[in-house]
Amino acid sequence: MKRLKLPALSRTRDWLLVAVATYVIVQVLIYLEMIDAFWLPIVQLGAVMAIISLGLNLIYGFNGQFSLGQYGFYALGAYTAADITYRLNDANQLHHVLNLGPLSFDWGQTVSFVAALVVAVLFSALVAFLFGLPVLKLGSDYLGIATLGFTMVVYVLANNSDTILGFQEMKGARGMVGIPQLTTWFWTFLFLVVTMVLVRNLVYSSPGRAIVSVREDETAAKAMGIDISRYKLLAFVIGSALAGLAGGLYAHLYAFLHPSIFHFVKSFDPLIIVVFGGLGSMTGTVIAAFAWALLLQGLAVAVLPSNLLEWRYVLYAVSLIAVMLLRPQGLMGGRELGFLKNLRVVAQRKEPPVGAPAEPAPEVTHASN
Amino acid sequence: MATTTAPLVLPKKRLSLSQLAGRGILLILLLGTLWRLVAGFAENPTLFGQQVVDGLRLGFVYALIALGYTMVYGIVRLINFAHGDVFMVGAFISLFSIKRWHINQLPANLMPGLAKTTADILGTLLVLLISGIFCMILAVVIERVAYKPIREAPRINALITAIGVSFFLEYFGALKFVFGTDYNVYERPFEVVFWDISGVRVSNITVVIVLVATLMLIGLQFIVQRTKIGKAMRAVSADKPAARLMGINVDSTISVTFAIGGFLAGIGGVLYAIAFPSVWVFMGIMPGLKAFVAAVLGGIGSIPGAFVGALIMGQAETLSAAYISTPMRDAIAFAILIIVLLIKPTGIFGEPEREKA
Repeated sequence: MKRLKLPALSRTRDWLLVAVATYVIVQVLIYLEMIDAFWLPIVQLGAVMAIISLGLNLIYGFNGQFSLGQYGFYALGAYTAADITYRLNDANQLHHVLNLGPLSFDWGQTVSFVAALVVAVLFSALVAFLFGLPVLKLGSDYLGIATLGFTMVVYVLANNSDTILGFQEMKGARGMVGIPQLTTWFWTFLFLVVTMVLVRNLVYSSPGRAIVSVREDETAAKAMGIDISRYKLLAFVIGSALAGLAGGLYAHLYAFLHPSIFHFVKSFDPLIIVVFGGLGSMTGTVIAAFAWALLLQGLAVAVLPSNLLEWRYVLYAVSLIAVMLLRPQGLMGGRELGFLKNLRVVAQRKEPPVGAPAEPAPEVTHASN
Repeated sequence: MATTTAPLVLPKKRLSLSQLAGRGILLILLLGTLWRLVAGFAENPTLFGQQVVDGLRLGFVYALIALGYTMVYGIVRLINFAHGDVFMVGAFISLFSIKRWHINQLPANLMPGLAKTTADILGTLLVLLISGIFCMILAVVIERVAYKPIREAPRINALITAIGVSFFLEYFGALKFVFGTDYNVYERPFEVVFWDISGVRVSNITVVIVLVATLMLIGLQFIVQRTKIGKAMRAVSADKPAARLMGINVDSTISVTFAIGGFLAGIGGVLYAIAFPSVWVFMGIMPGLKAFVAAVLGGIGSIPGAFVGALIMGQAETLSAAYISTPMRDAIAFAILIIVLLIKPTGIFGEPEREKA
């Protein structure tokens, strides 16, 4: 749906069709095993990274609050959702099959998975609210360090989840196993589309313009009567809740969780994806997330000869530096494609409203002060 | 711009209940910690003293790394994530210079008449110098290649570049023909001697670390406050365009800052390896991060702040490991950071954030 640039596709219904078509095509490819057991988790991982990075783009790209806490909320969501389905599975309460012959359908699995995700999202949002309330008053770099500290605290807690927190099934530093593998392409794609619609509609709404105005100039936004701390909190809670959602999906994707997955060094990944895609560009974020997963996790392993495999992260580091030197504004540089454009602006072709990063951005609006 | 109007005050008033609750929780935490520490001291003063001495040793190593972070941040507003990896390189260089090149035995071999203590001191100094100078060159090369071209770009780009440089040093170092991914046993350049001071064991490692770090700090303070290049640094830190107008060579001043930071990181790497004799390619991540936290805690950009912050971090780590919870000690260090930032948003010695121009 990102590649198509047909001018006729401007209505929501058309884009819905494109989304369904994308889903069906990939699903058919999965049935035909063109996307095999090696590539399928990687494609799904791309979608998960897109969700978490869209959350970070909302916090950092649109609202200008430098957060490195995204992986902390990712871990919170992952462990929360995994714990729920693990317990249900352990108590033999996971599967409830509705027997319709060939159309038999395991509604118990579906309901518990969605319920676990909802709880994960709500829990992440609650923690984000309680943590963001005092912390979001900090200035840019200090906020980054405080949120990095949050990621670190969550990591240490995950490492000691069996001893200190008392969740035996999480197994602390040994890694949580036995999580039911419930994440399918259907769920990842569905939640990716939901996230994209949510973030897009939020950004182009009235609260969204307030969120962007906080990034552009806090003093001016204040002068316009915008309650800055409220909109910072709004963006932070929604963005972190999306990280929790991504975590829940991730937990049921590989059916294995280990604290080292959520180590703070990894927490730079969403930031790198967002900056690569272009700060404040949803299209760029989604493309960069899939590119990150396919290139770094998939292509590098599949293509590089095994004796060069250890060079993969050296290449990653070099390309990171090279992209920052050669294309500092990122892939899309604040522009959007297709459905993610501000349709009102496209339709009216007038001056873009304040803060809508739709028209060719004169420069990348960098978020820190 | 003093535009404090009514709508600005209102939300603050509404928050006062949650703020009150937050202060209350902080106070309870603080009292609980204090109680635990006092009880620990009353229970076994010797053990407590031992923890403080160990914390001091750790804190002085953190101080050396934190100084590099704080100087670079003060002058280019960049969180130099590669600094911890420069520290790792410093430790490896000293490992090689001891194990492969036997540089610490050089003074004894050149001057056979030298007393053993003097020869050891000279050898250790040589090892320190070699690592320091290598890391100094490395830091300047990193600055010239990676940071200088994007100095005018948005700061997030510099940050991502710093992360990229950090990844590069780690994963390039992890290649088999460079450092490999094994843990290497470190041979200290001198023999370890323990002294017993009323039950507290103090080794010459602690003495070496405290001495070297204090000398470095005094030297740094002298350079920054008393020399011409230090004046240039302070000027660039305060206002880059104005400093340029005053005829200060901004580029070379920034390079000198990176050079000093790299030198300190190299020395810090050697001292850390002497204190904890195991060297591997990812060893720079955690000390680097903690030193950075120390710099933020003390108020990033401030040299005494970095020093005080590092000492606090060292004490927090050993004391919380001994009296609160060993596996939670990293979490406690970060919790302290978050709490200090909430009370004083720019760190202990930090200046209030400047109004955006």
